[in-house]
Amino acid sequence: MTSVPAAPATSQRRSRLRDFLTSRPILKLRRNRLAMVGMVIALLFLLIGFFAPIIARPSAGSNCLRDLGASSPQQVANPLDRVFWQAHFAAPATCYAIERESFSPVPTPPSETARFGTSQGYDIFYGLVWGTRTMFKLSFIIVGITLVLGVIIGAISGFYGGWIDNLIQRFIDVLFALPGLVLTIILITFLKASNPGIDPSLPIILAFTVTGWAGYARIVRGDVLRTRQLEYVDAARSLGARDPRLILKHVVPNSLASALPIAILDLGTVPLGIAALSFLGLGFPTGYAEWGQLVDFARAWLQPQYWYVMVYPAAFIILFSLAFNLFGDALRDAYDPKTR
Amino acid sequence: MLNFIVRRLAQIPLVMLALSVLIVALTMLLTPAQRAAGYIRSDQQAAQLERIIRERGLDQPFPVQYGKWLQSTLSGDLGFSKASGQPVLDTIIDRLPNTIELTLLTAIPIILIGVWLGTLSALHKDRFIDQVLRVFVVLGYSLPTFVLGIILLAVFYGYLGWLPGAGQVEVVNQFAIGDLRRYTGMLGVDALLNGRFDIALDVLRHLIMPALTLFIVSSATILKVMRNNMLEALTSDYVRTARAKGLPERTVNLKHARRNALLSVITLGGFLIINLLSGSIITETIFAYPGIGQWVVQSALQLDVPAVLGFALLSAIIVVVVSTLTDILYGVVDPRVRFD
Repeated sequence: MTSVPAAPATSQRRSRLRDFLTSRPILKLRRNRLAMVGMVIALLFLLIGFFAPIIARPSAGSNCLRDLGASSPQQVANPLDRVFWQAHFAAPATCYAIERESFSPVPTPPSETARFGTSQGYDIFYGLVWGTRTMFKLSFIIVGITLVLGVIIGAISGFYGGWIDNLIQRFIDVLFALPGLVLTIILITFLKASNPGIDPSLPIILAFTVTGWAGYARIVRGDVLRTRQLEYVDAARSLGARDPRLILKHVVPNSLASALPIAILDLGTVPLGIAALSFLGLGFPTGYAEWGQLVDFARAWLQPQYWYVMVYPAAFIILFSLAFNLFGDALRDAYDPKTR
Repeated sequence: MLNFIVRRLAQIPLVMLALSVLIVALTMLLTPAQRAAGYIRSDQQAAQLERIIRERGLDQPFPVQYGKWLQSTLSGDLGFSKASGQPVLDTIIDRLPNTIELTLLTAIPIILIGVWLGTLSALHKDRFIDQVLRVFVVLGYSLPTFVLGIILLAVFYGYLGWLPGAGQVEVVNQFAIGDLRRYTGMLGVDALLNGRFDIALDVLRHLIMPALTLFIVSSATILKVMRNNMLEALTSDYVRTARAKGLPERTVNLKHARRNALLSVITLGGFLIINLLSGSIITETIFAYPGIGQWVVQSALQLDVPAVLGFALLSAIIVVVVSTLTDILYGVVDPRVRFD
């Protein structure tokens, strides 16, 4: 009775993984060497974001350590210590404040304490590393929300057609009548004006969600229009499946193949959008760990002797963008039915 | 044909109406007093906040408010911008020509060079020139506008000192501007028309870096699309037929393949203008260029609601008109589109 062997289950799972790795789009992707390099670098950035507390360890006496309840910076790097886990999974807000070496705005060159130098007194290395964490955190939240919203709305629009479809599509047309950055600026201004003292991440998340879901909805709708007519959907319906089940179990999974590569590409483009916003001063307040303001600081120190103020943040952001574009584009091409 | 154009044009007021309802609905997030603040020009008026709220019906239900808003907007009253210290409409009239001047200086080279290099890339597929151009494309759309702008600023202004770093003209010429007769509002063009070549040259020097930033970021897209279209056209049946007829290679490439590949450049030109609109927000801010993009950032920073609203309406008009025009143009050039 209970002797259901465990081995076949794992081997089956393993073969499913192998099936995935040897499927045609993935093989095509694996052959693309630049895309693989991009993927590795993108994963490195993910690791930098996750291990920010170790890589840019908060210094002794910082508010971050105090709020973590740690007495020495070493504790953050020790997996046996509670502080390690708290720093990685529930870092207090004070850890996202870039460490400030001085209150003089004049940059200081790279040194022992500030590996990439300081700019406006802020530690550039700390800002970039913890900034990566901020960016990924927001990026995962935003892409997650927009993907789910877009897939659901797109699936409803495509599956039911008729006036529902028409209404949703016209609404998207109206949204697309404003360029993304313009719509973002409008939403952020209004949210900040109507809620003074709001947590700076909230307007950003909301604005990017409003501008982001429609793209997924369009793609999924197009796919659903095609899949809903396939025989297996009719078969499921004749077996008595209701609409929600048909949509979620039969139609949506087939449309995900075109939405997921875009979502992965977006994981890289959303941070750049947020960085651009912060560069303009519309994102996070000064001193919050993120990338845009570090580039903005460089605007005041363009002389060659202050090279590090610009070179490190710029190189960091460009590398990130390049990695995601190389990987994301290849992934999209690999799953694009036209290029198959 | 006429039917198609009329139908397309009729959509403009509809989209604008829907969009303005959405935008005005956003202002409902604010309190009546905050909405009234958008119409205040001086301290004396601030004392009459109550009267402004009553007169403009700012405490009335939404449909009434929308009606009043529409009425005053159509009569040219868009409120008063704190950021520019001027009524919103006057600010737009002052600054829009500057942005148009920058956009024109950028868009024309982007389209010409993008089409040319895209064709070149496709005709020499996988050869050296194609490889170089493909690297340029990847770099072009991986480089975030704000990072590229800062790099150019650091190199050409901070390091080499060849180009001016900010503004529209040198301080010496600032006073001479008042003597110019303004025909178009575009400073460089007006200076030329007045025979002041020194000022025109000065304006051009200030425009080089913003234009170059937008050029590098935007030409990559045109180049890529042009290359793909050209490759597709080259493998099509009519090109094979043309070759089979014994037409010279040059005629086949330029007359048969490229003509068809150019079709989608029309649509792309529309996208380009819209992209440049967002791009100019960032570029104008980096180079302190007095266009509408720089103004909207200043306004958003000061939570200057009427200014942001005015900008939103303006960009919606630009986007809707440009995309309608490109649609119509496409319909004129390609009869297959008209009957959809």
